[in-house]
Amino acid sequence: MSLVLENLSRRFKDTDAIRDINLSVEDGEIVGLLGTSGCGKSTLLRAISGLDQAYTGTVSINDQVKKGVHDATNFIFQEPRLLPWLTVEDNIMFGLKGKPKASFDRARRFIHYVGLSGKEALYPKQLSGGMAQRVAIARALVMQPDILLLDEPFSALDAFTKMQLQDLLLEIWHKYQTTMVLVTHDIDEALYLCDRIVVLRGQPGEIIKTINVTEPRPRDRGSVELANYKADILDQLDLNQ
Amino acid sequence: MAKTLSENQAHIQAYTPTKLKSKPKFAHSSRKWLLGSLFPIVLIIIWETVSQLGVVESYQLPAPTVIVDELIQLASTGELFEHIYITLYRVFGGFILGTIVAIVLALGVGFSKTAEELFDPMIQALRSIPSLAWVPLFILWMGIGESSKITMIAVGVFFPVYLNLVTGIVTVDRKLIEVGKIYQLSLFQQVYRIILPASLPSFLIGLRTGLGLGWMFVVAAELMGASQGLGYLLVVGQNTLSPETILVSIILFAFIGKVSDWFLKLIELRLLRWQDRFVRGN
Repeated sequence: MSLVLENLSRRFKDTDAIRDINLSVEDGEIVGLLGTSGCGKSTLLRAISGLDQAYTGTVSINDQVKKGVHDATNFIFQEPRLLPWLTVEDNIMFGLKGKPKASFDRARRFIHYVGLSGKEALYPKQLSGGMAQRVAIARALVMQPDILLLDEPFSALDAFTKMQLQDLLLEIWHKYQTTMVLVTHDIDEALYLCDRIVVLRGQPGEIIKTINVTEPRPRDRGSVELANYKADILDQLDLNQ
Repeated sequence: MAKTLSENQAHIQAYTPTKLKSKPKFAHSSRKWLLGSLFPIVLIIIWETVSQLGVVESYQLPAPTVIVDELIQLASTGELFEHIYITLYRVFGGFILGTIVAIVLALGVGFSKTAEELFDPMIQALRSIPSLAWVPLFILWMGIGESSKITMIAVGVFFPVYLNLVTGIVTVDRKLIEVGKIYQLSLFQQVYRIILPASLPSFLIGLRTGLGLGWMFVVAAELMGASQGLGYLLVVGQNTLSPETILVSIILFAFIGKVSDWFLKLIELRLLRWQDRFVRGN
């Protein structure tokens, strides 16, 4: 069990953002946290990452309970958050420690892997949104995290770039079997990527349903099976209420 | 590493489309020079004509050619270069001193709440004193020599550098700080890998403003009491009723001030080439 949450709650001033979340994520599993805006899904992810430490309850990563950022995790934000004064290559090497030569080779490998060969020396201002997010993905991957936390990583991208990067994420998963926790409000994205979808609702946010998506990968974005799952989720979210 | 760096340069050049357009770029810069110098040239011609015709008295406004003569004469004795040298020495001495003190205090105030509470109110209060008001006091304390002048200029340089650097530090994007947290940077690493580079643009603005003020203050300091320097030339011109000497000094101030600012601007362009700036069209 790589990630276990027990009774996780977080209050902001006098309102609860999330209350008593219990969740465990298996090694190599892709879990989606799905919900409407304001249901606390990003709050939950920030607590897991250790960026936010003002929660109650426990987060245990690789059987280690720790408040704070864990070595085994890495985070991909909604925006690329590249350091504008570093080139693509230096951004990707940002977290690497140790010998420059080894870091350099490793960075090159991942640059190639995310399809940015030839763009090493560009500055972030010279990149498109999709390219910048690829750099952000490479910057996280180069650290070889056991658990990758993703906070609506593709929501700012156009539909086609989004699909390309979703496929890139699945490739990564095939190659490294990285455990992923993905926050999203895009039902199609969750259905395309995740093994399990945790639906959150309400204020404070609570888990109202967990759906196992058993469709084998690669999944067909337009298939009837996924459409059925989607109908079920929409039903759960009860948007008319 | 060095080799790959030059490889990278090659990449950048290959990617930057302006490389292909270097000819029109050259045409553009000569156009810029032409446009920029058109008005001054016309003005000088009118000035010279008016002076030659005797419309204005030469003891009030000498002709441009008279000023050039004066400049050549001062330069030929070598006297002029001594004046320039001593003024440059004062400006840069004061600039460096003021900048160092500003950096030290700004780092303290920018990073530590306690340091801010300790120093910032006092610095803000001192800032509201017109800096030139210090001149008599500094002369009283340190005499009329170099140290009072350099201190004077340092005070002028200090405030813009300090204020801009503090602003730069405290307005660093929280989102980038979070990136540092994810990569578990120590406080020190956070400072020099994220906060300092992020506050560089505003620091450089502070440096340029500070240098401008440095030039202003050197004039004040040299007017108050000096036996050498471009500001001293102003006093000499006034006392000997020779406006051409004053104008030579003013022109040299303009020229050297501009060159020093241009130099800082080059450094800025070099250090901030990563910045995504607004580019104006024609």
